[in-house]
Amino acid sequence: MYKVKVYVTLRESVLDPQGKAVTNSMHSLNYKEVADVRIGKYMELTIEKSERDINEVVEEICLNILANPVIEDYRYEVEECVTQ
Amino acid sequence: MKFAVIVFPGSNCDVDMFHAIKDELGEQVEYVWHDTESLEEFDGILLPGGFSYGDYLRTGAIARFSNVMKEVIKAAEAGKPILGVCNGFQILLEAGLLPGAMRRNASLSFICKPVELNVENNETMFTAEYSKGETIVIPVAHGEGNYYCDEETLAKLKDNNQIVFTYNQNPNGSLADIAGITNEKGNVLGMMPHPERAVDELLGGADGLKLFQSIVKAWREAHVVNA
Repeated sequence: MYKVKVYVTLRESVLDPQGKAVTNSMHSLNYKEVADVRIGKYMELTIEKSERDINEVVEEICLNILANPVIEDYRYEVEECVTQ
Repeated sequence: MKFAVIVFPGSNCDVDMFHAIKDELGEQVEYVWHDTESLEEFDGILLPGGFSYGDYLRTGAIARFSNVMKEVIKAAEAGKPILGVCNGFQILLEAGLLPGAMRRNASLSFICKPVELNVENNETMFTAEYSKGETIVIPVAHGEGNYYCDEETLAKLKDNNQIVFTYNQNPNGSLADIAGITNEKGNVLGMMPHPERAVDELLGGADGLKLFQSIVKAWREAHVVNA
């Protein structure tokens, strides 16, 4: 079994209206040192072992459904876990 | 002419669309459920607004994988007119039938009001009944209508005259004031404003009616002898 953590965020070149609103509210709370906030999604996948390489499978899933490559970037961490 | 209104779990403008075609336009129309295997009997496909599959993950992201979308892609390739309104537009973007993607409105609020649109291109099968540069009033109702594409795609949209409608006063921050675009071939139109909600003066305006009339006229000219 694998535990896969997937992070999806808007691409750097794409303005993130939510992140911008949150940045502004931090500034109004006097956290002037906050330069930028980007808001994204965090997903946990549990994937069973198969003949295919896990990275290849996750890459495909991210590209086909979890992220929209037109506006979003993704990264992931794969962790092998022992089943009881 | 026979239209299909595709119904996904969570569609909520399907009845408005059906009413526009049946009662205002006087053409044939049927509701088609999202797991339908064939759209062959239909001449035009309408993807209505709503929140298909709760808009989980991204707007239109899950609907894109429903059975009927394979048929919608087939119909698009066959040159049939395909109109996606609001959530329908978002589904067409996710399915890759139109370029670009939607972001949340710049204001982060859901916007629901009539807006002025400019008819940028009246040489499409969806807009021939309008005049070029005409200003029409059509309601919008969306939280994610902030259209985005990269510069290269935008240049292509402009060069091919694929930008059909722009906002007179941009309500959502969309790139180049884009309200509606077609594919390269011109038979797939996606737009955020709801023409089906503006088909009768009783509803506050009838500026959307010409869009549906344009589709029917183009179809008649191509398919009916001595039209």
